[in-house]
Amino acid sequence: MKIRTLGRHARESFKSIGRNGWMTFASVSAVTVTLILVGVFFVIMMNLNKVAQTIEEDVQIRVHIDVAANDEDQQKLKSAIENISEVQSVKFSSKEQELKDLIKSMGEDGQAFKLFEQDNPLNDVFIVKTKKPQDTMNSAKEIGKLEYVTKAVYGKGTVEKLFNFIKASRNVGIVLIAGLFFTAVFLISNTIKITIIARRREIKIMRLVGATNNFIRWPFFLEGLWLGILGAILPIILISIAYYNAYEYLAPKLIGNFIQILPYSPFMYQVSGLLLLMGGLIGVWGSVMSVRKFLKV
Amino acid sequence: MIELQDVFKKYPNGVTAINGIDVRINQGEFVYVVGPSGAGKSTFIKMMYREEVPTSGTITMNGVNLAKLKNKKVPIFRRNLGVVFQDFKLLPMKTVYENVAFALEVIEAQPKYIKKRVMEVLDLVNLKHKARMLPTELSGGEQQRVSIARSIVNSPKVVIADEPTGNLDPETSWEIMNIFEEINNRGTTIVMATHNREIVNTIKHRVIAIEAGKIARDEQRGDYGYEN
Repeated sequence: MKIRTLGRHARESFKSIGRNGWMTFASVSAVTVTLILVGVFFVIMMNLNKVAQTIEEDVQIRVHIDVAANDEDQQKLKSAIENISEVQSVKFSSKEQELKDLIKSMGEDGQAFKLFEQDNPLNDVFIVKTKKPQDTMNSAKEIGKLEYVTKAVYGKGTVEKLFNFIKASRNVGIVLIAGLFFTAVFLISNTIKITIIARRREIKIMRLVGATNNFIRWPFFLEGLWLGILGAILPIILISIAYYNAYEYLAPKLIGNFIQILPYSPFMYQVSGLLLLMGGLIGVWGSVMSVRKFLKV
Repeated sequence: MIELQDVFKKYPNGVTAINGIDVRINQGEFVYVVGPSGAGKSTFIKMMYREEVPTSGTITMNGVNLAKLKNKKVPIFRRNLGVVFQDFKLLPMKTVYENVAFALEVIEAQPKYIKKRVMEVLDLVNLKHKARMLPTELSGGEQQRVSIARSIVNSPKVVIADEPTGNLDPETSWEIMNIFEEINNRGTTIVMATHNREIVNTIKHRVIAIEAGKIARDEQRGDYGYEN
Protein backbone atom coordinates (compact mmCIF):
# COMPACT_ATOMS: atom_id res chain seq x y z
CA MET A 1 0.00 0.00 0.00
CA LYS A 2 1.21 3.48 -0.85
CA ILE A 3 1.99 5.92 1.98
CA ARG A 4 -0.43 8.34 0.32
CA THR A 5 -3.20 5.75 0.63
CA LEU A 6 -2.37 5.17 4.30
CA GLY A 7 -2.65 8.93 4.82
CA ARG A 8 -6.01 8.83 3.06
CA HIS A 9 -7.19 6.02 5.37
CA ALA A 10 -6.07 8.00 8.44
CA ARG A 11 -7.95 11.09 7.23
CA GLU A 12 -11.02 8.99 6.50
CA SER A 13 -10.92 7.41 9.97
CA PHE A 14 -10.80 10.85 11.64
CA LYS A 15 -13.64 12.15 9.45
CA SER A 16 -15.70 9.11 10.24
CA ILE A 17 -15.23 9.61 13.99
CA GLY A 18 -16.55 13.14 13.62
CA ARG A 19 -19.41 12.26 11.28
CA ASN A 20 -20.67 9.31 13.30
CA GLY A 21 -20.88 11.49 16.42
CA TRP A 22 -23.30 9.46 18.54
CA MET A 23 -21.83 6.13 17.55
CA THR A 24 -18.39 7.45 18.44
CA PHE A 25 -19.73 8.67 21.77
CA ALA A 26 -21.29 5.24 22.51
CA SER A 27 -18.09 3.35 21.68
CA VAL A 28 -15.80 5.72 23.55
CA SER A 29 -18.11 5.63 26.60
CA ALA A 30 -18.10 1.83 26.62
CA VAL A 31 -14.30 1.79 26.47
CA THR A 32 -14.07 4.46 29.19
CA VAL A 33 -16.41 2.78 31.68
CA THR A 34 -14.86 -0.65 31.22
CA LEU A 35 -11.28 0.57 31.39
CA ILE A 36 -12.02 2.51 34.60
CA LEU A 37 -13.24 -0.75 36.14
CA VAL A 38 -10.29 -2.73 34.83
CA GLY A 39 -7.85 0.01 35.86
CA VAL A 40 -9.15 0.41 39.42
CA PHE A 41 -9.24 -3.32 39.95
CA PHE A 42 -5.78 -3.75 38.50
CA VAL A 43 -4.33 -1.06 40.78
CA ILE A 44 -5.93 -2.69 43.85
CA MET A 45 -4.72 -6.15 42.84
CA MET A 46 -1.16 -5.00 42.22
CA ASN A 47 -1.04 -3.30 45.62
CA LEU A 48 -2.48 -6.33 47.39
CA ASN A 49 0.12 -8.39 45.64
CA LYS A 50 2.81 -6.04 46.90
CA VAL A 51 1.50 -6.37 50.48
CA ALA A 52 1.41 -10.16 50.12
CA GLN A 53 4.95 -10.13 48.81
CA THR A 54 6.15 -8.01 51.76
CA ILE A 55 4.47 -10.34 54.23
CA GLU A 56 5.94 -13.36 52.51
CA GLU A 57 9.42 -11.91 52.55
CA ASP A 58 9.06 -11.12 56.24
CA VAL A 59 8.59 -14.75 57.20
CA GLN A 60 11.65 -16.12 59.00
CA ILE A 61 12.72 -19.12 61.06
CA ARG A 62 13.94 -18.53 64.59
CA VAL A 63 16.39 -21.26 65.54
CA HIS A 64 16.80 -21.53 69.33
CA ILE A 65 20.33 -22.66 70.20
CA ASP A 66 20.87 -25.05 73.07
CA VAL A 67 22.55 -23.32 76.07
CA ALA A 68 25.03 -26.18 76.14
CA ALA A 69 26.50 -25.15 72.79
CA ASN A 70 29.81 -23.32 72.97
CA ASP A 71 31.10 -20.82 70.35
CA GLU A 72 32.60 -23.57 68.21
CA ASP A 73 29.37 -25.59 68.30
CA GLN A 74 27.43 -22.49 67.32
CA GLN A 75 29.76 -21.89 64.34
CA LYS A 76 29.30 -25.52 63.25
CA LEU A 77 25.54 -25.17 63.56
CA LYS A 78 25.59 -21.94 61.56
CA SER A 79 27.57 -23.63 58.76
CA ALA A 80 25.20 -26.61 58.82
CA ILE A 81 22.20 -24.29 58.42
CA GLU A 82 23.92 -22.33 55.66
CA ASN A 83 24.59 -25.57 53.82
CA ILE A 84 20.86 -26.20 53.41
CA SER A 85 20.24 -25.29 49.78
CA GLU A 86 16.98 -23.37 50.39
CA VAL A 87 18.57 -21.10 53.02
CA GLN A 88 19.39 -17.56 51.97
CA SER A 89 20.81 -15.96 55.14
CA VAL A 90 21.59 -16.81 58.75
CA LYS A 91 21.85 -14.01 61.30
CA PHE A 92 22.93 -14.44 64.91
CA SER A 93 20.97 -12.73 67.69
CA SER A 94 22.32 -13.08 71.25
CA LYS A 95 20.00 -13.83 74.15
CA GLU A 96 20.67 -10.30 75.49
CA GLN A 97 19.50 -8.83 72.20
CA GLU A 98 16.49 -11.15 72.23
CA LEU A 99 15.49 -9.89 75.69
CA LYS A 100 15.88 -6.25 74.60
CA ASP A 101 13.68 -6.92 71.55
CA LEU A 102 11.11 -8.67 73.74
CA ILE A 103 10.98 -5.79 76.22
CA LYS A 104 10.67 -3.31 73.34
CA SER A 105 7.92 -5.24 71.61
CA MET A 106 5.84 -5.48 74.80
CA GLY A 107 5.76 -1.71 75.27
CA GLU A 108 5.05 -0.62 78.84
CA ASP A 109 4.29 -4.17 79.93
CA GLY A 110 7.78 -5.10 78.85
CA GLN A 111 9.29 -3.33 81.86
CA ALA A 112 8.39 -6.38 83.98
CA PHE A 113 10.83 -8.47 81.96
CA LYS A 114 13.70 -6.17 82.97
CA LEU A 115 14.02 -8.35 86.05
CA PHE A 116 15.38 -11.12 83.82
CA GLU A 117 18.34 -8.99 82.74
CA GLN A 118 20.39 -10.50 85.60
CA ASP A 119 19.45 -14.08 84.87
CA ASN A 120 18.37 -14.26 81.21
CA PRO A 121 16.35 -17.47 80.56
CA LEU A 122 16.25 -16.93 76.78
CA ASN A 123 18.37 -18.72 74.20
CA ASP A 124 20.75 -17.38 71.63
CA VAL A 125 18.97 -17.45 68.29
CA PHE A 126 19.80 -17.79 64.61
CA ILE A 127 17.38 -15.88 62.41
CA VAL A 128 17.12 -17.81 59.14
CA LYS A 129 15.60 -16.60 55.89
CA THR A 130 14.94 -18.91 53.00
CA LYS A 131 15.37 -18.04 49.35
CA LYS A 132 11.71 -18.70 48.69
CA PRO A 133 9.14 -17.98 51.40
CA GLN A 134 7.37 -21.23 50.51
CA ASP A 135 10.47 -23.23 51.58
CA THR A 136 10.17 -21.98 55.18
CA MET A 137 8.25 -25.02 56.48
CA ASN A 138 10.55 -27.68 55.01
CA SER A 139 13.70 -25.81 56.01
CA ALA A 140 12.44 -25.40 59.59
CA LYS A 141 11.83 -29.15 59.80
CA GLU A 142 15.32 -29.88 58.52
CA ILE A 143 16.96 -27.36 60.88
CA GLY A 144 14.97 -28.81 63.79
CA LYS A 145 16.82 -32.11 63.31
CA LEU A 146 20.30 -30.54 63.66
CA GLU A 147 22.41 -30.88 66.82
CA TYR A 148 22.17 -28.10 69.46
CA VAL A 149 18.83 -26.91 68.10
CA THR A 150 16.18 -26.83 70.82
CA LYS A 151 13.48 -25.66 68.46
CA ALA A 152 13.03 -24.04 65.03
CA VAL A 153 9.99 -21.75 65.10
CA TYR A 154 8.35 -20.12 62.12
CA GLY A 155 4.80 -19.40 63.21
CA LYS A 156 3.59 -22.84 62.25
CA GLY A 157 -0.05 -22.80 61.25
CA THR A 158 -0.24 -19.03 60.94
CA VAL A 159 2.34 -18.93 58.15
CA GLU A 160 0.75 -21.89 56.41
CA LYS A 161 -2.67 -20.24 56.59
CA LEU A 162 -1.18 -16.95 55.42
CA PHE A 163 0.48 -18.58 52.43
CA ASN A 164 -2.71 -20.40 51.52
CA PHE A 165 -4.64 -17.16 51.82
CA ILE A 166 -2.16 -15.26 49.67
CA LYS A 167 -2.15 -18.05 47.09
CA ALA A 168 -5.94 -18.17 46.99
CA SER A 169 -6.33 -14.39 46.80
CA ARG A 170 -3.80 -14.23 43.98
CA ASN A 171 -5.67 -16.90 42.04
CA VAL A 172 -8.98 -15.19 42.67
CA GLY A 173 -7.40 -11.90 41.54
CA ILE A 174 -6.08 -13.44 38.32
CA VAL A 175 -9.46 -15.00 37.58
CA LEU A 176 -11.25 -11.73 38.30
CA ILE A 177 -8.86 -9.68 36.16
CA ALA A 178 -9.17 -12.22 33.33
CA GLY A 179 -12.97 -12.17 33.70
CA LEU A 180 -13.04 -8.40 33.71
CA PHE A 181 -10.73 -8.30 30.71
CA PHE A 182 -12.98 -10.60 28.68
CA THR A 183 -16.04 -8.64 29.77
CA ALA A 184 -14.26 -5.50 28.58
CA VAL A 185 -13.39 -7.10 25.24
CA PHE A 186 -16.96 -8.31 24.83
CA LEU A 187 -18.58 -5.01 25.85
CA ILE A 188 -16.35 -2.79 23.79
CA SER A 189 -16.25 -4.94 20.68
CA ASN A 190 -20.03 -5.35 20.87
CA THR A 191 -20.57 -1.61 20.99
CA ILE A 192 -18.18 -1.11 18.09
CA LYS A 193 -19.95 -3.95 16.28
CA ILE A 194 -23.28 -2.14 16.63
CA THR A 195 -21.78 1.03 15.20
CA ILE A 196 -20.41 -0.93 12.26
CA ILE A 197 -23.64 -2.87 11.67
CA ALA A 198 -25.27 0.53 11.26
CA ARG A 199 -22.77 1.13 8.47
CA ARG A 200 -23.02 -2.23 6.69
CA ARG A 201 -24.78 -0.57 3.75
CA GLU A 202 -21.78 1.71 3.44
CA ILE A 203 -19.47 -1.31 3.27
CA LYS A 204 -21.66 -2.93 0.61
CA ILE A 205 -21.59 0.22 -1.51
CA MET A 206 -17.81 0.43 -1.20
CA ARG A 207 -17.56 -3.10 -2.55
CA LEU A 208 -19.89 -2.29 -5.45
CA VAL A 209 -17.66 0.62 -6.42
CA GLY A 210 -14.64 -1.67 -6.55
CA ALA A 211 -13.00 -1.27 -3.15
CA THR A 212 -10.95 -4.27 -2.06
CA ASN A 213 -11.54 -5.73 1.39
CA ASN A 214 -8.27 -4.26 2.61
CA PHE A 215 -9.17 -0.82 1.34
CA ILE A 216 -12.46 -0.98 3.26
CA ARG A 217 -10.91 -2.52 6.37
CA TRP A 218 -8.11 0.01 6.93
CA PRO A 219 -10.17 3.08 7.89
CA PHE A 220 -12.28 0.92 10.22
CA PHE A 221 -9.12 -0.55 11.72
CA LEU A 222 -7.74 2.93 12.40
CA GLU A 223 -11.11 4.17 13.63
CA GLY A 224 -11.21 1.30 16.15
CA LEU A 225 -7.70 2.23 17.28
CA TRP A 226 -8.62 5.91 17.79
CA LEU A 227 -11.85 4.96 19.61
CA GLY A 228 -9.91 2.68 21.96
CA ILE A 229 -7.24 5.29 22.62
CA LEU A 230 -9.83 8.06 23.11
CA GLY A 231 -11.71 5.80 25.52
CA ALA A 232 -8.54 5.11 27.52
CA ILE A 233 -7.68 8.78 28.11
CA LEU A 234 -10.30 9.52 30.78
CA PRO A 235 -9.60 6.33 32.81
CA ILE A 236 -5.87 7.13 32.72
CA ILE A 237 -6.43 10.69 33.97
CA LEU A 238 -8.94 9.65 36.66
CA ILE A 239 -6.93 6.72 37.99
CA SER A 240 -3.68 8.71 37.94
CA ILE A 241 -5.19 11.59 39.92
CA ALA A 242 -6.92 9.24 42.38
CA TYR A 243 -3.80 7.15 42.90
CA TYR A 244 -1.60 10.21 43.29
CA ASN A 245 -3.85 11.52 46.07
CA ALA A 246 -4.20 8.10 47.69
CA TYR A 247 -0.43 7.67 47.64
CA GLU A 248 0.24 11.14 49.05
CA TYR A 249 -2.24 10.45 51.85
CA LEU A 250 -1.32 6.86 52.70
CA ALA A 251 2.42 6.64 52.09
CA PRO A 252 3.51 8.84 55.08
CA LYS A 253 1.17 6.89 57.36
CA LEU A 254 2.65 3.59 56.31
CA ILE A 255 6.31 4.46 56.94
CA GLY A 256 7.88 1.76 59.09
CA ASN A 257 4.86 -0.48 58.58
CA PHE A 258 5.25 -3.76 56.80
CA ILE A 259 2.36 -2.80 54.53
CA GLN A 260 3.63 -0.63 51.70
CA ILE A 261 1.83 0.64 48.61
CA LEU A 262 3.48 0.87 45.24
CA PRO A 263 5.07 4.27 44.56
CA TYR A 264 3.30 6.48 42.01
CA SER A 265 6.22 6.36 39.60
CA PRO A 266 6.82 4.11 37.67
CA PHE A 267 3.67 2.16 38.64
CA MET A 268 1.17 4.70 37.27
CA TYR A 269 3.10 5.01 34.00
CA GLN A 270 2.90 1.24 33.62
CA VAL A 271 -0.83 1.23 34.39
CA SER A 272 -1.40 4.10 31.93
CA GLY A 273 0.54 2.28 29.21
CA LEU A 274 -1.41 -0.89 29.89
CA LEU A 275 -4.79 0.89 29.68
CA LEU A 276 -3.78 2.65 26.48
CA LEU A 277 -2.63 -0.61 24.95
CA MET A 278 -5.77 -2.43 26.08
CA GLY A 279 -8.04 0.31 24.72
CA GLY A 280 -6.24 0.37 21.38
CA LEU A 281 -6.11 -3.41 21.00
CA ILE A 282 -9.72 -3.96 21.96
CA GLY A 283 -10.83 -1.13 19.66
CA VAL A 284 -8.93 -2.58 16.72
CA TRP A 285 -10.06 -6.12 17.46
CA GLY A 286 -13.70 -5.10 17.82
CA SER A 287 -13.80 -3.17 14.57
CA VAL A 288 -11.79 -5.65 12.50
CA MET A 289 -13.93 -8.59 13.65
CA SER A 290 -17.15 -6.69 12.94
CA VAL A 291 -16.10 -5.47 9.49
CA ARG A 292 -14.95 -8.97 8.57
CA LYS A 293 -18.51 -10.17 8.87
CA PHE A 294 -19.67 -7.79 6.15
CA LEU A 295 -16.79 -8.41 3.80
CA LYS A 296 -17.86 -11.96 3.00
CA VAL A 297 -19.95 -10.95 -0.04
CA MET B 1 -18.37 -6.43 -25.50
CA ILE B 2 -20.73 -8.46 -23.34
CA GLU B 3 -21.65 -12.03 -24.18
CA LEU B 4 -23.94 -14.43 -22.34
CA GLN B 5 -23.92 -18.04 -23.48
CA ASP B 6 -26.46 -20.58 -22.30
CA VAL B 7 -26.82 -18.87 -18.92
CA PHE B 8 -28.96 -20.41 -16.19
CA LYS B 9 -29.51 -19.16 -12.70
CA LYS B 10 -31.30 -21.20 -10.10
CA TYR B 11 -31.54 -19.86 -6.53
CA PRO B 12 -31.13 -22.17 -3.51
CA ASN B 13 -34.90 -21.87 -2.82
CA GLY B 14 -35.56 -23.64 -6.13
CA VAL B 15 -36.62 -20.60 -8.16
CA THR B 16 -35.12 -20.51 -11.65
CA ALA B 17 -34.62 -16.82 -12.40
CA ILE B 18 -32.71 -17.19 -15.68
CA ASN B 19 -33.63 -20.15 -17.87
CA GLY B 20 -31.13 -20.30 -20.71
CA ILE B 21 -30.11 -16.94 -22.14
CA ASP B 22 -27.83 -16.29 -25.11
CA VAL B 23 -27.16 -12.67 -25.97
CA ARG B 24 -24.40 -10.48 -27.30
CA ILE B 25 -24.09 -6.74 -26.69
CA ASN B 26 -21.51 -4.84 -28.71
CA GLN B 27 -19.31 -2.00 -27.54
CA GLY B 28 -21.12 1.37 -27.71
CA GLU B 29 -24.65 -0.09 -27.77
CA PHE B 30 -27.52 1.25 -25.67
CA VAL B 31 -29.75 -1.62 -24.54
CA TYR B 32 -33.00 -1.52 -22.57
CA VAL B 33 -33.83 -4.65 -20.57
CA VAL B 34 -37.60 -4.82 -20.10
CA GLY B 35 -40.11 -7.33 -18.82
CA PRO B 36 -42.78 -7.86 -16.20
CA SER B 37 -41.88 -7.98 -12.50
CA GLY B 38 -40.33 -11.29 -11.50
CA ALA B 39 -39.30 -12.06 -15.09
CA GLY B 40 -35.59 -12.23 -14.20
CA LYS B 41 -34.47 -8.69 -15.18
CA SER B 42 -32.84 -7.96 -11.84
CA THR B 43 -30.97 -11.27 -11.80
CA PHE B 44 -29.83 -10.60 -15.37
CA ILE B 45 -28.50 -7.16 -14.35
CA LYS B 46 -26.96 -8.44 -11.09
CA MET B 47 -25.04 -11.13 -12.96
CA MET B 48 -23.50 -8.42 -15.13
CA TYR B 49 -21.85 -6.72 -12.19
CA ARG B 50 -21.11 -10.05 -10.56
CA GLU B 51 -23.47 -9.64 -7.63
CA GLU B 52 -24.92 -13.00 -8.70
CA VAL B 53 -23.07 -15.89 -10.31
CA PRO B 54 -24.77 -18.05 -12.97
CA THR B 55 -25.49 -21.64 -12.03
CA SER B 56 -24.26 -22.64 -15.49
CA GLY B 57 -23.15 -20.97 -18.70
CA THR B 58 -20.68 -18.17 -19.29
CA ILE B 59 -20.86 -14.38 -19.05
CA THR B 60 -17.98 -12.59 -20.68
CA MET B 61 -17.47 -8.90 -20.15
CA ASN B 62 -14.43 -7.00 -21.38
CA GLY B 63 -12.74 -10.37 -21.83
CA VAL B 64 -13.43 -11.58 -18.28
CA ASN B 65 -15.52 -14.71 -17.65
CA LEU B 66 -17.67 -13.63 -14.72
CA ALA B 67 -18.87 -17.18 -14.03
CA LYS B 68 -15.32 -18.17 -13.09
CA LEU B 69 -14.16 -14.89 -11.55
CA LYS B 70 -12.85 -15.43 -8.01
CA ASN B 71 -14.41 -13.36 -5.21
CA LYS B 72 -11.06 -11.74 -4.54
CA LYS B 73 -10.90 -10.39 -8.09
CA VAL B 74 -14.45 -8.98 -8.11
CA PRO B 75 -13.48 -5.47 -6.84
CA ILE B 76 -10.83 -5.16 -9.57
CA PHE B 77 -13.40 -6.18 -12.21
CA ARG B 78 -15.94 -3.64 -10.91
CA ARG B 79 -13.46 -0.81 -11.32
CA ASN B 80 -13.87 -1.08 -15.08
CA LEU B 81 -17.62 -1.01 -14.86
CA GLY B 82 -20.09 1.69 -13.85
CA VAL B 83 -23.21 0.69 -11.93
CA VAL B 84 -26.24 2.92 -11.29
CA PHE B 85 -29.03 1.80 -8.95
CA GLN B 86 -32.64 2.73 -8.44
CA ASP B 87 -31.91 3.71 -4.81
CA PHE B 88 -28.70 5.58 -5.79
CA LYS B 89 -26.53 3.75 -3.21
CA LEU B 90 -24.56 6.81 -2.17
CA LEU B 91 -22.41 6.88 0.95
CA PRO B 92 -24.58 8.95 3.31
CA MET B 93 -21.74 10.37 5.40
CA LYS B 94 -19.71 11.54 2.43
CA THR B 95 -20.20 14.71 0.41
CA VAL B 96 -21.09 14.68 -3.29
CA TYR B 97 -17.43 15.23 -4.14
CA GLU B 98 -16.25 12.43 -1.82
CA ASN B 99 -18.83 9.98 -3.15
CA VAL B 100 -17.55 10.44 -6.68
CA ALA B 101 -13.90 10.62 -5.65
CA PHE B 102 -14.21 7.32 -3.77
CA ALA B 103 -14.30 5.35 -7.03
CA LEU B 104 -10.93 6.86 -7.95
CA GLU B 105 -9.44 6.56 -4.46
CA VAL B 106 -9.92 2.78 -4.52
CA ILE B 107 -7.63 2.57 -7.55
CA GLU B 108 -5.12 4.80 -5.71
CA ALA B 109 -5.21 7.52 -8.37
CA GLN B 110 -3.12 10.67 -7.90
CA PRO B 111 -4.91 13.28 -5.71
CA LYS B 112 -4.44 15.96 -8.40
CA TYR B 113 -6.03 13.74 -11.04
CA ILE B 114 -8.89 12.82 -8.67
CA LYS B 115 -9.70 16.47 -8.10
CA LYS B 116 -9.63 17.33 -11.79
CA ARG B 117 -11.58 14.30 -12.93
CA VAL B 118 -14.27 14.52 -10.22
CA MET B 119 -14.96 18.16 -11.06
CA GLU B 120 -15.15 17.20 -14.75
CA VAL B 121 -17.84 14.57 -14.21
CA LEU B 122 -19.73 16.73 -11.71
CA ASP B 123 -19.77 19.39 -14.40
CA LEU B 124 -21.14 16.85 -16.87
CA VAL B 125 -24.05 16.03 -14.54
CA ASN B 126 -24.42 19.72 -13.69
CA LEU B 127 -23.65 19.35 -9.96
CA LYS B 128 -20.33 21.14 -9.64
CA HIS B 129 -21.92 23.78 -7.42
CA LYS B 130 -23.21 21.13 -4.98
CA ALA B 131 -19.91 19.28 -4.55
CA ARG B 132 -19.72 19.96 -0.81
CA MET B 133 -23.26 18.90 0.02
CA LEU B 134 -24.28 15.62 1.60
CA PRO B 135 -26.61 13.27 -0.36
CA THR B 136 -29.39 13.91 2.15
CA GLU B 137 -29.34 17.59 1.18
CA LEU B 138 -30.09 16.76 -2.46
CA SER B 139 -33.28 15.91 -4.37
CA GLY B 140 -33.79 12.40 -5.79
CA GLY B 141 -32.80 13.50 -9.28
CA GLU B 142 -29.65 15.16 -8.00
CA GLN B 143 -28.71 12.06 -6.01
CA GLN B 144 -29.13 9.95 -9.13
CA ARG B 145 -26.90 12.36 -11.02
CA VAL B 146 -24.22 11.92 -8.33
CA SER B 147 -24.59 8.17 -8.71
CA ILE B 148 -24.14 8.48 -12.49
CA ALA B 149 -21.12 10.74 -12.02
CA ARG B 150 -19.58 8.10 -9.74
CA SER B 151 -20.30 5.35 -12.26
CA ILE B 152 -18.47 7.12 -15.09
CA VAL B 153 -15.61 8.75 -13.20
CA ASN B 154 -13.35 5.77 -14.00
CA SER B 155 -14.22 6.08 -17.70
CA PRO B 156 -15.63 2.54 -17.85
CA LYS B 157 -16.46 0.86 -21.15
CA VAL B 158 -19.79 -0.35 -19.77
CA VAL B 159 -22.41 1.23 -17.48
CA ILE B 160 -25.08 -1.02 -15.98
CA ALA B 161 -28.19 0.77 -14.74
CA ASP B 162 -30.87 -0.97 -12.68
CA GLU B 163 -34.13 1.03 -12.90
CA PRO B 164 -32.28 4.37 -12.66
CA THR B 165 -35.49 6.40 -13.08
CA GLY B 166 -37.64 4.14 -10.89
CA ASN B 167 -37.69 6.58 -7.96
CA LEU B 168 -37.88 9.79 -9.96
CA ASP B 169 -40.66 12.01 -11.30
CA PRO B 170 -41.13 12.13 -15.09
CA GLU B 171 -39.37 15.46 -15.60
CA THR B 172 -36.29 14.37 -13.65
CA SER B 173 -36.33 11.02 -15.43
CA TRP B 174 -35.88 12.79 -18.76
CA GLU B 175 -32.94 14.78 -17.37
CA ILE B 176 -31.32 11.53 -16.25
CA MET B 177 -31.94 9.91 -19.63
CA ASN B 178 -30.30 12.86 -21.37
CA ILE B 179 -27.18 12.28 -19.28
CA PHE B 180 -27.17 8.57 -20.20
CA GLU B 181 -27.55 9.53 -23.85
CA GLU B 182 -24.55 11.80 -23.59
CA ILE B 183 -22.47 9.09 -21.93
CA ASN B 184 -23.51 6.63 -24.65
CA ASN B 185 -22.62 9.14 -27.38
CA ARG B 186 -19.08 9.15 -26.00
CA GLY B 187 -18.82 5.42 -26.80
CA THR B 188 -19.81 3.82 -23.48
CA THR B 189 -22.05 0.75 -23.59
CA ILE B 190 -25.24 1.20 -21.55
CA VAL B 191 -27.35 -1.70 -20.32
CA MET B 192 -30.44 -0.38 -18.56
CA ALA B 193 -33.24 -2.33 -16.87
CA THR B 194 -36.35 -0.19 -16.85
CA HIS B 195 -40.10 -0.15 -16.35
CA ASN B 196 -40.46 3.26 -17.95
CA ARG B 197 -42.60 2.69 -21.03
CA GLU B 198 -42.51 6.30 -22.17
CA ILE B 199 -38.76 6.52 -22.15
CA VAL B 200 -38.27 3.23 -24.03
CA ASN B 201 -40.84 4.21 -26.65
CA THR B 202 -39.45 7.73 -27.07
CA ILE B 203 -35.69 7.36 -26.97
CA LYS B 204 -35.35 4.41 -29.30
CA HIS B 205 -32.67 1.81 -28.69
CA ARG B 206 -32.27 -1.95 -28.73
CA VAL B 207 -34.83 -3.64 -26.47
CA ILE B 208 -34.29 -7.05 -24.85
CA ALA B 209 -37.49 -8.34 -23.25
CA ILE B 210 -37.15 -11.04 -20.62
CA GLU B 211 -40.07 -13.24 -19.62
CA ALA B 212 -39.91 -16.27 -17.31
CA GLY B 213 -36.12 -16.16 -17.38
CA LYS B 214 -35.87 -16.29 -21.18
CA ILE B 215 -35.39 -13.72 -23.90
CA ALA B 216 -38.87 -13.20 -25.35
CA ARG B 217 -37.89 -10.40 -27.71
CA ASP B 218 -34.68 -8.78 -28.93
CA GLU B 219 -35.31 -5.83 -31.27
CA GLN B 220 -33.13 -3.02 -32.56
CA ARG B 221 -35.05 0.26 -31.91
CA GLY B 222 -37.84 -1.73 -30.27
CA ASP B 223 -40.84 -0.75 -28.16
CA TYR B 224 -41.55 -1.34 -24.49
CA GLY B 225 -44.34 -3.73 -25.43
CA TYR B 226 -46.05 -4.14 -22.04
CA GLU B 227 -48.92 -2.32 -20.35
CA ASN B 228 -47.64 -0.58 -17.19
